[in-house]
Amino acid sequence: MRDRDTAIDIARDVRAGARRARDVVDEHLAVIAGREPELHAFNLVLADQARARADDIDRRVAAGEDPGPLAGVPVALKDNLCTRGIPTTASSRILDGWRPPYDATVVSRLHDAGAVVVGKTNLDEFAMGSSTENSAFGPTRNPHDPSRVPGGSSGGSAAAVAAGFAPLALGSDTGGSIRQPAALCGVVGVKPTYGLVSRYGLVAFASSLDQVGPLAATVADAALALEVIAGHDPADSTSIPRAAPSLVETLDGGVEGLRIGVLRELTDGIDADVAGRLAAAVAALEAAGAKVDEASVPAATLALSAYYLIAPAEASSNLARYDGVRYGLRIDGDDIAAMYGATRAAGFGAEVKRRIMLGTYALSAGYYDAYYGQAQRARTLIIRDFAAAYESYDLLLSPTTPTTAFELGAKTADPLTMYLSDVCTIPSNLAGHPAVSVPYGAGDDGLPVGVQLLAPALGEATMFRAAAALERSLA
Amino acid sequence: MSEHRSVAAGVTTGWETVIGLEVHTELATATKLFCACRNAFGDEPNTNICPVCLGLPGSLPVLNRQSVELAMRVGLALHCRVEPSIFHRKNYFYPDMPKDFQVSQYDQPINVGGWLDLPDGSRVGVTRAHMEEDTGKSTHVGGDGGRIHGADHSLVDYNRAGVPLVEIVSEPDIRSAEQAKAYVNELRAILVAIGASDARMEEGSLRIDANISMRRVGAAELGTRAEIKNLNSVRSLGRAVDYEVRRQTDRLETGEAIVQETRHWNEDEGRTSSMRSKEEAFDYRYFPEPDLVPLAPSDDWQAAVRAALPALPAERRAALAVAAGVAAGDPSLATVVQQGLDDRVVAAVAEGADGRLALNRAANELPNRAVPDARAFAAVLKMEAGGRLTATQAKVVLAELVVSGADPADIAKANGFEALDADVLVAAVDAAITRHPGEWARYAGGDAKLAGFFVGKVMAATKGKADGRSVTAILRKRAAG
Amino acid sequence: MAPIPNEDLVSREDVIHIARLARLDVTEEELDRFASQLGAILGHAADVAALDTVGIPPTAHPLPLVNVLRDDLPGVSVDRDEVLSEAPAAEDGRFRVPRILGDAP
Ligand SMILES: [Mg+2]
Ligand SMILES: [Zn+2]
Repeated sequence: MRDRDTAIDIARDVRAGARRARDVVDEHLAVIAGREPELHAFNLVLADQARARADDIDRRVAAGEDPGPLAGVPVALKDNLCTRGIPTTASSRILDGWRPPYDATVVSRLHDAGAVVVGKTNLDEFAMGSSTENSAFGPTRNPHDPSRVPGGSSGGSAAAVAAGFAPLALGSDTGGSIRQPAALCGVVGVKPTYGLVSRYGLVAFASSLDQVGPLAATVADAALALEVIAGHDPADSTSIPRAAPSLVETLDGGVEGLRIGVLRELTDGIDADVAGRLAAAVAALEAAGAKVDEASVPAATLALSAYYLIAPAEASSNLARYDGVRYGLRIDGDDIAAMYGATRAAGFGAEVKRRIMLGTYALSAGYYDAYYGQAQRARTLIIRDFAAAYESYDLLLSPTTPTTAFELGAKTADPLTMYLSDVCTIPSNLAGHPAVSVPYGAGDDGLPVGVQLLAPALGEATMFRAAAALERSLA
Repeated sequence: MSEHRSVAAGVTTGWETVIGLEVHTELATATKLFCACRNAFGDEPNTNICPVCLGLPGSLPVLNRQSVELAMRVGLALHCRVEPSIFHRKNYFYPDMPKDFQVSQYDQPINVGGWLDLPDGSRVGVTRAHMEEDTGKSTHVGGDGGRIHGADHSLVDYNRAGVPLVEIVSEPDIRSAEQAKAYVNELRAILVAIGASDARMEEGSLRIDANISMRRVGAAELGTRAEIKNLNSVRSLGRAVDYEVRRQTDRLETGEAIVQETRHWNEDEGRTSSMRSKEEAFDYRYFPEPDLVPLAPSDDWQAAVRAALPALPAERRAALAVAAGVAAGDPSLATVVQQGLDDRVVAAVAEGADGRLALNRAANELPNRAVPDARAFAAVLKMEAGGRLTATQAKVVLAELVVSGADPADIAKANGFEALDADVLVAAVDAAITRHPGEWARYAGGDAKLAGFFVGKVMAATKGKADGRSVTAILRKRAAG
Repeated sequence: MAPIPNEDLVSREDVIHIARLARLDVTEEELDRFASQLGAILGHAADVAALDTVGIPPTAHPLPLVNVLRDDLPGVSVDRDEVLSEAPAAEDGRFRVPRILGDAP
């Protein structure tokens, strides 16, 4: 992989008139043309629109305007973010060809900041998966080793950044779907505090867990992107009513005196490669002045089980609307019930069906209390245990994933094995807390390893400072 | 068995009817419950729609403040407690429901535990009054008269999808069709009075489901109920209750069980029928709506809503009864309050008019909305009570007063309604007696019915200026010799 | 508390019932597969199902927000033709669907 411009460099140069946005976009489109056929990071490359948009930005710069903090920066959007008039599929056959009549709030904010959308990236269908193999349009491959998965569900976004298709991408993270592929592809991936970034226009998977966040090659670029997309949105009732935090300007603050706890529950049973890189990260943080020791969040052991009840339950309801009536696929039937059953059977893939079935079961009469109700109570225990840990620690540290990128097909036969890929990332979603995966070198197999920094709600500034310190320690 | 005569004729002696009503009312907001689309009836299909109320992928709901305010008004007017509440999702597939779930309040509704007092003095408990979203509307094509059965396909309009509703659930306190109708009429009057809804049943902005069961008189437990849907008017409600009471009683009398089920009221056939097969599973899988946050109206907000509530029909009827000096259950009270004329009656009484007369004239003679000012109204009533106008003349004067607003005395004069001199009247009566000796002999002999004959003759002779009561008084005097 | 047994947790009949609720046609092969996979996943969730949660309130939301409200002001609706052009079938300004067999519940 070649050395590349960062989003910060591009925006600075384009705003200053030192570089044309059109050239930036053409260069990135050339990279896409080179490797996209092999990797399949995108469901749709928007070459013409991107060039037109870049020309517009160049005109505005020439006219003395400032297009914004992401002026001319190519961005790849996960294909579950609504884009007006541009197909948005969530990598599902049931939405194939659907063109939303509106933009997601994050898409509008990127646009207002001068970013250039270069394409819609592949994902596990409706963001359900950890390998991007559950896409109706075929898998995405890992740029570091195309025989391996990029992780998922934001595998297309992670691969796009790792392959240099765009310096920035947006993903969504319900149980690790930004952080896990970021780790497997060797890029930075951020799951913000629940409510920090608007969900309006994000095709819902599990509403109480979903968050949109950035993937980037550098911590600073991820911080800049989050500044742009974060902040209150009146169209999302669960949006926190406060302005976006400022993150970039405090990135160099260091970790001197920070108390960082290594999460015992999330380090059990991880690969030696991953464990080795985690130990190196601990050493680097200590060397930079942080106080690191072992912390415990006992209820985190319940997280995987609770998640696989709560997320499918919400999904079963969120995905009911794909019924062949208003948009998307319809398989005709003699009556409405026949049409529903046939449309949904043909439109959804195996993993989506499995989760709809699981969630319907967990909510159904006689099982609600035992499953969904209990899972919500487990969620309370997880939140309480995190709160207790944050009385002693500013941040927590863990691996992002138990293993490096696995081979395509290695886990598709057994859903439970695949679900275990998210064991380290799920607790933050249940708690609503922010977390970031920072690439921290490679294992003996040469594949990227990510370490995860976790923070309490709205603790992004501190979290980014520590992430930047880790990044510097590798330089 | 002897207490049950003629079961077939529907005589229900020995059985008690138990009715609970669920009334859905659309709130009179400018926009829908969760989006900024217009809440309007009768617009072109699918013109008030957006990503939110179409349930497009990625869209999210944001609760309308005014809908909460109106829901609180409903609750407070029904003497409910306003409580912290949350929304749930009620999951089922139906094409007029864009998300295939309905956002509704479930086990934590906004209003709980109230009541409604009816004009006859009875009280019906209100279990809850919760918020939810309305569905779209389907038109059935290719069948018989737009009905769902036998249709070839259906067309869906989502203009109504997401319109705010309050569902008012009564306790099973209602005991007859008449009481059920009175409950709905009273509820509609309240909803209109507080500005919560236009409550127009013909436009579907108020809809009724009735839960009906029978039990032995004196029994403590409720019988198995049937839920009746598609009641599109108060009249349908009354007919459907009567039908169900007969149907259920007949079954019970012949030892058949009542099936707990939903039944559809067919207005044309005048009967209810079972709506769906029993095998169909209904499991709504309610769970808290994760896209909305809890609602907890502050004490200040509640107090402001309560303070802004107008006087409610029951209070107004009570005040009017006192002002008019009539008994609390007088049926004219409800009519006058319903027409919004109670303030006129109270003011006329204050001007010196007779209470009973003011109430009767307001109930029967004043068309809705076109109310005279209280002083003029009182003037007519006083002219009538003082004998200067006959009852018939007073009604004519009132009718003209409503239209022209002219001075009542001028209206009377213009119509030639001037009280006859006593002498002229006596002369007219005497002339009638002289002209009809046979009739007079019978009257004088005790046949009081013939008073009407003479009043008619005198009226004709005086061109209606005579006062019937005065004529009768003269006749009596003459007969007594 | 005894963990919920893993095997036969979800029967074929359960799968048929759930698939009907979810309006998902399933093949014979899927019936068996879903029964065993759902059983396995729910068996894994036995730790949560068996948790002693007396006195623990459920968390539906990770955020403590309340009373998020908007003003009752009309906004712009979307263009009907734009929306109907995405519909699998439309007629007369409306969404066309196959015949409906019963009234809404
Ligand atoms: Mg309801
Ligand atoms: Zn709308």
